Amino acid sequence: MHFVVCAKQIPDPETPPSAFRIDEANNEVIPAPGISPVLSQFDGMAAEAALRIVEAAGEGKITVISLGQESAQAAIKQVLAMGADEGILLEDDALQGGDSYTTARTLAAAIEKLGDVDAVFCGRQAADWDMGQVGLGLAELLGWPSAIIAKDVQIENGAMHVQRVLADGFETVALPLPAVVTISNEIGDPRYPKLQQIMRAARKTVNRWSAEDLGLDPSTVGDAGARLKLERLFIPELGGDVEIMDGESAEEQAQQLATTLREAKIL
Amino acid sequence: MARNILVIGELDGGALSSTTAELVGGASRLADGGQVSVTLTGGGAGGQTDAAFAAGADRAFVSDDATFDEFRSDQWVAAAEQAIEQSGPDVILIAQSIVGRDLGPRLAFRRDTAVAMDCVSIEDSGGAFKATRPCYGGNAQATYAFATSPAIATVRAKSQEPLDPPREGASGEVVELSGAGASRSEIVGREAAVAEGLQLQDAPVVVSGGRGLGAPEGFGLVEELAEAIGTDKAAVGSSRAACDLGWYPPSQQVGLTGKVVTPDLYIAIAISGASQHMAGCSGSKTIIAINKDPEANIFKAARYGIVGDYKEVLPPLIEAVKNLE
Repeated sequence: MHFVVCAKQIPDPETPPSAFRIDEANNEVIPAPGISPVLSQFDGMAAEAALRIVEAAGEGKITVISLGQESAQAAIKQVLAMGADEGILLEDDALQGGDSYTTARTLAAAIEKLGDVDAVFCGRQAADWDMGQVGLGLAELLGWPSAIIAKDVQIENGAMHVQRVLADGFETVALPLPAVVTISNEIGDPRYPKLQQIMRAARKTVNRWSAEDLGLDPSTVGDAGARLKLERLFIPELGGDVEIMDGESAEEQAQQLATTLREAKIL
Repeated sequence: MARNILVIGELDGGALSSTTAELVGGASRLADGGQVSVTLTGGGAGGQTDAAFAAGADRAFVSDDATFDEFRSDQWVAAAEQAIEQSGPDVILIAQSIVGRDLGPRLAFRRDTAVAMDCVSIEDSGGAFKATRPCYGGNAQATYAFATSPAIATVRAKSQEPLDPPREGASGEVVELSGAGASRSEIVGREAAVAEGLQLQDAPVVVSGGRGLGAPEGFGLVEELAEAIGTDKAAVGSSRAACDLGWYPPSQQVGLTGKVVTPDLYIAIAISGASQHMAGCSGSKTIIAINKDPEANIFKAARYGIVGDYKEVLPPLIEAVKNLE
């Protein structure tokens, strides 16, 4: 079995709101000083799901792929430290920027180049743009079936059994391999690599592929190929204008709040 | 400019879902005189065409095949493609639901176009369509222009208004869709959620407690407030910090890695308002914050607030709510 885990490096979503800044001229998030980027939380869970299957089966290879800049090596190394075997960084000026479409297209080309992949594990969404479409896009481009927002994944007799999270429960879906699955937080926290594993990961191979290596025309990937053009990134005006209950005592404030909610027809 | 819009409808217990009515209402405004079509698939779909026309649709693509009651990507994509081919939409709207999260990207890649997920507004700029959506866990919003057509958007529940009043008695064209086709995926099991009563995502009011409660017993008062509002209206949520401490079940966690809720009213008690928590509740219509720290981030998102210790504020608030007639 050969599994691919897709991993993205993102600004730390735990960044305090007061440190979250946007460069509106360039539609970019300004990295918060002193806060390092991290592996997108759901991608760590995707790695966890793949590792559990390999461990249960006692065999299998996991390749972690990241599309990003040089710094994304850290996200790859983290998944390697968790137990993945090899890494691939898709890094090239032509591949930078872009949208979910170009990301899926680039990752699909890498998976096709690997050639022998049985299943792809993605996070349910990247915790920066929160789109949640790269896994499905990959599946569509590769011509594979998929299931999303999984809390458990098993592989039995050449089929993937995915327990999907629904609004009112769970559903188990069987998919023929090869297939794509996206993992949700219900799977549980990803393992925390031990020091020895981190040291071992430093020696694992990380290959680097460019648009040319992938046979991709630069006009179809990165910013040039994007289909959703980001026009404006901004910090929204929150509900704001908070009205603080100004009664003298907690009792008065509580009564004031109840009355205000009734008058506003909220309660 | 007149535009053709296609809404991928969903049924809820055999009836037109409230989100579908919202999307059709939003579509009829966006269409600006163009045609609004809606797909209705699943058991009893044929009986919902009048509801769809009253909600603002001009044409309904219908299949009564109960196979559609369950979501299988391949079958829903094929049904949507039939409706697309017959209606030639400029825009396709889909709810940001269990169905839409899967169908939106699948359909966009199948039709060689693009989808913007979880949109809170869609506008026709005369040229390209534009969609605005929250990102970075609700810390930011992004507006995108679609470079390809049709523009596909999955839309957050309650972000569009249904027609008010509905067009009672309106009629429209009914087009039969073929039944569900082949599916590569097979549903082999189903399990209901263990939580009883009102589900967090369905509740019109969510009362949540955080680490500032100081001890798991604090959730007793949080639950009492929810009960005073009504067990049929209010559900209890928790911040991740409180769940991580084992004070409340993880199934009730609101936030980026928990449930995303969009109630009419969200009451945050002793919750600071970290980004990852706001990602789960910033779509609420009204937020109330009760926190002893006046600088807490939650007050920036709140409409009403009390600066004080929840132990002192909640008992009289519970009484005051009970006394509301």
